[in-house]
Amino acid sequence: MSKKPILLLYALTLMLFVANLFWGSVSISFVDALNVLLGFEVDNKIAESIVLQSRLPQAVTALFAGASLAVAGLMLQTAFSNPLAGPSILGITSGASLGVAVVMLATGGIMGSISGSMANVFGAFIGAILTLGVIILFSIMVRSNVMLLIVGIMVGYVTNSAITLLNFFASEKNVFSYTIWGMGDFSSVSLSDMPLFVAISFIGILLSVLLIKPLNALLLGDRYASNLGVNIRQARVMLLLCTGLLTAIVTSYCGPISFLGLAVPHVARLMTKSSNHHTLLPATLLAGSATALLCTLVCSMPWQSGVLPLNAITPVFGAPVIIYVIINRSKIEYFN
Amino acid sequence: MPVLEASNLSVGYGKDISTTRVVEGINFALNQGEFALMLGCNGAGKSTLLRTLSSVQCPLSGEIKICGENIFEVSPRELAQRVAAVFTDKTMAGGLLVEEVVALGRYPYTGFFGKITKEDREVVQSSLSLVGMTDKSKKYLSQLSDGERQKIMIAKALAQQTPLIILDEPTAFLDLPSRIEILYLLKRLTQEENKTILLSTHDVEQSLSVADKLLLIKNGAFKFKTAVDAVESGDIDGLFEERGIMFDKNTGRFIPKIK
Repeated sequence: MSKKPILLLYALTLMLFVANLFWGSVSISFVDALNVLLGFEVDNKIAESIVLQSRLPQAVTALFAGASLAVAGLMLQTAFSNPLAGPSILGITSGASLGVAVVMLATGGIMGSISGSMANVFGAFIGAILTLGVIILFSIMVRSNVMLLIVGIMVGYVTNSAITLLNFFASEKNVFSYTIWGMGDFSSVSLSDMPLFVAISFIGILLSVLLIKPLNALLLGDRYASNLGVNIRQARVMLLLCTGLLTAIVTSYCGPISFLGLAVPHVARLMTKSSNHHTLLPATLLAGSATALLCTLVCSMPWQSGVLPLNAITPVFGAPVIIYVIINRSKIEYFN
Repeated sequence: MPVLEASNLSVGYGKDISTTRVVEGINFALNQGEFALMLGCNGAGKSTLLRTLSSVQCPLSGEIKICGENIFEVSPRELAQRVAAVFTDKTMAGGLLVEEVVALGRYPYTGFFGKITKEDREVVQSSLSLVGMTDKSKKYLSQLSDGERQKIMIAKALAQQTPLIILDEPTAFLDLPSRIEILYLLKRLTQEENKTILLSTHDVEQSLSVADKLLLIKNGAFKFKTAVDAVESGDIDGLFEERGIMFDKNTGRFIPKIK
């Protein structure tokens, strides 16, 4: 196994991160942006505030959110022995959304303040974990992988119908803020919320790294893993908490972002040519960050109508990847 | 001291009222280097018993001892160093290299992150050479045939360096040459590596000749015999009698009963 793909992904992520600081919907000269980033005094105060208070936090958010969703998707794919699993397709993102909707619509939806966001995160976590619990229950009854995915999509529909119902009874202002949130946005983590966001996603990512060894054993299935000494129930609970936490933190701040969790692990597998989590998991983290940063960059190109919603872009990247792997599955090692 | 010992064991599913006892009254002991076969019809409970013996599933009652200690009194890690299992389960490991799959057998020996040491690598290589798959070590598991995959899973079990290996129908879905190859490979491991091997199989005729001990399951009842005893006492003959099949002692073949 070569380290090349990992190094490539490192470089790519770094490049895209820097590009996000120099490139945005408002045009700022390269020299101004560089001076701001190097900490020099700049005359252009607008440039300073855009780079430091808008672009930098957005890039940091994309960095962590992309890694979080991607690694959550990878863990779900291994845990359910299903390469087409992911936080959104299994309804976990919807569950998190319902949690946020309940909190948002119940409290009047004041985003931005720490307390409001903490409540959102908590709501999203409860929603995500409950949905995951339901999916795990169904996974015991439904042995077929494809059927389980359909059950996940159904759970997502039911959750969304609950959200629609909540929206129906909510005030116009709340519905509007919920709709905007639902489009996905990496710029929604304010500077004051940044430490919380980074801390929680960092904990989730760290937890995923600690699960590398059992994840590899789970590739052989539950029984083999159990015979190798893996405590299956404990490993499942850890995976559940970890994916729930990662999906919840991203969804509560950035909205239900589709396809990153589903598609990025495939990109990572195709690049590293390995299912071994020792290489695959770091590659997935990096590829997730890189993809999220790339999507952010595309969204904040100087379009006519300002910044595009994230969920308008992620499927354009994600869906072709999934279609590609499905069409080529007989030739792709990890499907066989 | 027997490598594997079961006393008054019952296996099955469920708890309390909804309990389904699949096999009861299981008593046997296997010694080091013994080659034991488990025989019975489909649905007789062979897999259930094998899973219970490899402690993937809980017994309903009774006791299982591996190397003299009750399986519930040793840690999962310790247990994984005493019994290795090969199942018929479909894996998602097609994207792993053969040597990585075999290296998973080192799981109970490696540290927190599962890093493979030089010593582990040597065990992996010698396990691969025991099953004759050294030249495939850099191939993906998905590039191998079913028979080759089965050998890799056996190599994984060897890499666990356990005195006992339990295999659930290791020759199912294989063509005749592979079936014979696997059977004699396992027999050789009992002789050369002094492993105790217990497997279930439907290739009764083929495997009777190499078996030391037989575990027979019929209608929820359990019998433990040496291969010779089982043939002499008519237990082999009675194994499939309800299905109209009898055992011809002279030819060593199963044939339909003619009325």
